[in-house]
Amino acid sequence: MLIQSRRSLSEGRKGFVSRVLLVLSVTLGSTLAALTAQAAVLNIHNGADPSSLDPHKITGDWENRIVGDMFEGLVTEDSSAEPMPGQATSWTLSEDALVYTFTLREGIHWSDGTPVTANDFVFAFQRLMNPATGADYAYLQYPIKNAEAINAGDIADVSQLGVVAIDDNTLEITLESPTAYFIGALTHYTAYPLPQHTLEEHGDDWVKVDNIVTNGPYRPIEWVPGSHVSTEKNPEYYDMESLTIDGAKFFVLEDESAALKRYRAGEFHIMTEFPTDQFEWMQENLPGQAQVAPFAGLYYYVMNNSEPPFDNADVRKALSMSVNREVIGPQILGTGEIPAYSWVPPGMANYGDPYEVDWKDMPYGDKVAMAKELLEGAGYTSDNPLELQLRYNTNENHKRIAVAIAAMWKPLGIDVELYNTETKVHYDELSRGVLDVARAGWLADYNDADNFLNLLKSTVQYNYGRYNNTGFDALIDEANTLTDIEARAALLKQAEKLAMDESAAIPIYYYLSRNVVSPKVSGFENNAFDVHRTRWLSLSE
Amino acid sequence: MLSFALKRLLTTIPVLWIAITACFFILRLAPGGPFDGERPLPEAVKRNLEAHYNLDKSLIEQYFIYLGNLLQGDLGPSFINQDFSVSEQLLIGLPYTLIVGGLAFALSIIVGVLAGIAGSLYRNRLPDVALGAFILAGLVIPNFLVAPILQLVFGLQLKWLPVGGWGEGAVTHLVLPVTVLALPHVARISRLTRGAMIEVMHSNYIRTARSKGLSDMRLLMRHAIKPALTPVVSYLGPAASYLLTGSLVVETIFGLPGIGRYFINAALNRDYGMVLGTVVFYMLLIIVLNLIVDIVYAWLDPRVRH
Repeated sequence: MLIQSRRSLSEGRKGFVSRVLLVLSVTLGSTLAALTAQAAVLNIHNGADPSSLDPHKITGDWENRIVGDMFEGLVTEDSSAEPMPGQATSWTLSEDALVYTFTLREGIHWSDGTPVTANDFVFAFQRLMNPATGADYAYLQYPIKNAEAINAGDIADVSQLGVVAIDDNTLEITLESPTAYFIGALTHYTAYPLPQHTLEEHGDDWVKVDNIVTNGPYRPIEWVPGSHVSTEKNPEYYDMESLTIDGAKFFVLEDESAALKRYRAGEFHIMTEFPTDQFEWMQENLPGQAQVAPFAGLYYYVMNNSEPPFDNADVRKALSMSVNREVIGPQILGTGEIPAYSWVPPGMANYGDPYEVDWKDMPYGDKVAMAKELLEGAGYTSDNPLELQLRYNTNENHKRIAVAIAAMWKPLGIDVELYNTETKVHYDELSRGVLDVARAGWLADYNDADNFLNLLKSTVQYNYGRYNNTGFDALIDEANTLTDIEARAALLKQAEKLAMDESAAIPIYYYLSRNVVSPKVSGFENNAFDVHRTRWLSLSE
Repeated sequence: MLSFALKRLLTTIPVLWIAITACFFILRLAPGGPFDGERPLPEAVKRNLEAHYNLDKSLIEQYFIYLGNLLQGDLGPSFINQDFSVSEQLLIGLPYTLIVGGLAFALSIIVGVLAGIAGSLYRNRLPDVALGAFILAGLVIPNFLVAPILQLVFGLQLKWLPVGGWGEGAVTHLVLPVTVLALPHVARISRLTRGAMIEVMHSNYIRTARSKGLSDMRLLMRHAIKPALTPVVSYLGPAASYLLTGSLVVETIFGLPGIGRYFINAALNRDYGMVLGTVVFYMLLIIVLNLIVDIVYAWLDPRVRH
């Protein structure tokens, strides 16, 4: 009963007076609700409001947590976020490594009981690439044949896409070129199937809580914008029997200090971010609950390679060398982020150890001395100091790091002007090339070194520093045509070496995932993608 | 009175139009757009999105499209929360804001007026001094400081109340946010009441009434309160709009799904539709509230009617 009345709140159709009455009646009914037995519901502090439940309209990890519990692709994530069979039980790859053939699991259904067929996948991929959908993340599936051309509007006929249903249970995906990470990319939400019958019936409203049907372990039952999204078990899910958590409640709360207080009061089981300045306190007072773990992401500074003085590799090297990375994680952030001396974070699949700059192990004093020489060689001395503007988007941690790095550059006689703007302005100006030195960050979309190296390709629009080396571009392009994993890794590493030796940009640290997990929750495994599906968790009283 | 109210409403139309126009164009002057972010979009996708929201049209065209939709009561789509239109989001959030704001409003008036009267009756004695200290504290301590302190004390130390969340609207969940929201207004209203009461109690007609032998209580209830409340009433209009618009901090800290948060979030996200929607919505709200206050004022003070 209660759920019914709450559900209608999010419908957005009922009259306003009835809404007020509803909220009031729910207020009164709440005491009763508290007395009835509670199911095992996982309460997650999830950060911002999701922008949609439509897998083609989302971009954030807070949305991935919700939508990834509700839908499942051909391949899904296991408890440590490694790919495992999902809606497909098996697949084969053709000899030229271009054609995947997937066999769908027997007896899979949408939450309304309609069977999930290969056509639902074809429909979803075509919709993803259709320019009219405006899917932000369509480019993640560009390895699929004709995907980029369709998405860019060069091919109008979406059926030209390399995704074909052979029969109801067999799906064939053809790629543009061999792509080592494709199976990993299929775990992404851009590769989820969509219920064609529901989209045709309801149009854009298919995603409303009352209309949506899902094929994953959970389905949404309520969404109050600004408050929470609630899910319950999907009775049609093939592995429903092994789900120990009955549903999850994803809370919207951007104030992390307030979230921590609610966590301490037992109102949340998991926090997906915490205030870093509270880390020490948490380690003492909530031992083992605040968890930090390496995360496939890089925090870096770009320098404007297209303009003097940063077009001079010596100047760039001097700036990069003189950043004392060892103090940033432990002392400035306090959570112990790992200093970055390579462009690709360690632990990416099919890559081995990344290439680290050759001056990594020099004593810091020697680095500073060498940086000074390099700057003098480029004509910058205390009489003619290098002046630069360091931009960052407004954020307490970005500010601390910028202040620290400006102080590290000061002994070299560099005059740093700190300049902060809100995020939208920051990235708008970066993509227009308005910068000397600027802060940026990247979190991996898929488990492959290519995802990071791409950031330095001259043809890529988000190469903010405008690093431009045709040799680098050629290495990456060539690597991506190879099917031999080791040969490909060798070429990619050569490219990484080239860029790092030229100090194309300044890697600073590798991100850490930051979660707080209650001792009541088990099955939470830290992993490089910070993906923890509710399916693998359990809850004890 | 009716023609007075209608006239007041009609004059607000040009005000509303000017505000919407200014807001529409100023918003577009700000660098960055709704689709700029940490991960930039490929050009093709960005073009698709802009076409989807008419952002590829000229600014003037967009302006007229927006005005046209607005005249039909359509506040348009939200660029960020795509599953709900702007009107839907405002309608979903409004009950929460109204309940928390309304309770805080009632609390401010009741406690504020009672405290103000007490202060005036016990002028310069202990209750009045305590009230003075409270007023000062209520006015100078910002709610983003009061809220976490109350959360720590009542939520984590004493464990009497939940730290946050709507909690299906349980009364226990409302106590802290309503208190935090009401505090500065309790302070202001009690100060206004106290001042006005002291003035009224020294006026000639009260002295006359007292010399006729009326009891203190009768004097207070029958003769003093009504005139003493006029300055309070004139403050209620702004107070109500503060309570509804100023709920941002309280909603954010306590994690309540009201509409106060939209103001800032939408602006930071360049959610053009949502920013304009909240501006239109709040302007209407403030206009109506001020109208109500004017009417109540006229009822309280016969001189205003003429």
